[in-house]
Amino acid sequence: MQALTNRVKVVDRRPMSLMERMYLPAIFKGMLITFSHIFKKKPTINYPEQKRPFSPVFRGLQILNRDEEGRENCTACGLCAVACPAEAITMEAAERQPGEEHLYREEKYAAKYEINMLRCIFCGLCEEACPKDAIYMSETFTPADYQRKQFIYGKNDLLIPHPKEDPEAYKKALGNRAVNKA
Amino acid sequence: MFLAVDLALIIEKLALIVVVVMVSLVIAMYTTFAERKVAAILQDRRGPNRAGPFGLLQPLADGLKLFFKEEIIPNFSSKFLFIMGPALAMLTAVMTSAVIPWGDTVHMFGRDISLQIADINIGILYVFGVVSLGVYGIMVGSWASNNKFSLLGGLRAASQIISYELAMGISLIALLMVTGTLSLKEMVVQQQQGGWGGLLGWNILKQPLGFLIFLICAFAECNRTPFDLPEAENELIGGYHTEYSSMKLGFYLFSEYINMFISSVIMATLFFGGYDIPFVDESQHGAAFNAIFGIIALMMKVSFFIFLFMWVRWTIPRFRYDQLMHLGWRILIPLALFNMLATGAFILYFNK
Repeated sequence: MQALTNRVKVVDRRPMSLMERMYLPAIFKGMLITFSHIFKKKPTINYPEQKRPFSPVFRGLQILNRDEEGRENCTACGLCAVACPAEAITMEAAERQPGEEHLYREEKYAAKYEINMLRCIFCGLCEEACPKDAIYMSETFTPADYQRKQFIYGKNDLLIPHPKEDPEAYKKALGNRAVNKA
Repeated sequence: MFLAVDLALIIEKLALIVVVVMVSLVIAMYTTFAERKVAAILQDRRGPNRAGPFGLLQPLADGLKLFFKEEIIPNFSSKFLFIMGPALAMLTAVMTSAVIPWGDTVHMFGRDISLQIADINIGILYVFGVVSLGVYGIMVGSWASNNKFSLLGGLRAASQIISYELAMGISLIALLMVTGTLSLKEMVVQQQQGGWGGLLGWNILKQPLGFLIFLICAFAECNRTPFDLPEAENELIGGYHTEYSSMKLGFYLFSEYINMFISSVIMATLFFGGYDIPFVDESQHGAAFNAIFGIIALMMKVSFFIFLFMWVRWTIPRFRYDQLMHLGWRILIPLALFNMLATGAFILYFNK
């Protein structure tokens, strides 16, 4: 049969020579190989102390963004819900009342905004669909939980911390990615 | 007066027994840790490093876990024998340490204390006797479990240990012809005489082939890879200890590690000068120096052998059963016989 690659090794079916039948030289050779692995670099990352850095294009847990004054960007237009292939996003819109201008950037806002993290496939289409820069994929992943209902993330879970009240948490939640994009 | 001397001797020996048994238990404990570390390092991993600094408390955690596990005795097992099995395995593993000379004599509390529990003149025979009893622990336990896999493991253990004990004994006969004594203490004293502080007197130089056979047989006796057919996790689900849980399983695993430690000590004593310190002439130094550094030297040799056990385990795969028997009966025994005859002829020819 014709070989498909040049890496083919033909099985040697000749009877073993005396040296091979003695078995010990082969064992010794194998032991030298394992011994050499003592000095090899270990690829392990000590997890809780060291963390593997995420790639800049990593798509993690969604966050709902605020602008610099801490007003919510989302206008509940529903484009993310339409774009979502897993149908994980639902929302309810509401109209901004006078006196709520410091809370919501535009006249319409999302009164309820839920993402079912069990359905979400972290494709990032919501992020791409959003015309208001309101939803981002952050650089963390969904933490484990004991109940399925805990995975339906509401606004409390998704909203980014307030940039003025808690600037450090805001910066951390924003991550590198949103900064680069903005 | 007579009684007083006897009492002191009894106390001395009791203290020594407690110390030796404790030390071998602790060493066995840390050998399990070392095994996991060595395995990890040879496979480019890190190994246990969570419990305590460098994971040094890991064996304690393991032991604690075994103690708190549920103790299961199968309904259809023979209960007395089921408990006897691990007890026997542990007992025989620890008993061997009685005749090993751990170091030179030390002078303490106005007495000369020999660092050996019993310097009996048939030391090596005693070791053999006790080691052969070791297989009963496995056989009794495996039979009492009333389980196919356990029984298979026990049968394999029995046939393997009996087969390899022959070659082991014959290889030692050659050594005994060279040394002319059965006392382990006497052998160490003989090996201390030689160039380079005793290094040239080591029996490994006189009996290299004997040592090789002894080493291979020691691997087989300890049920270590490549001879771990009695356990064979992936064929026999753990072999003879399939049905065991909790500390009874712990005793089986522990006795394996103690056996490993003891056979390392015996190899070091028989072939590598025991507590002889290489490049140091013992007669130039005081008893305290010799005792302390002698123990250190012995322990270093022992750690090397324990490392060798692990190194081999994580390098080569298990033998097939027919290969095992072929190696034992058709290669090692003839080789050992040849070694014995050649040694005998050599001694006869040159010492005439």
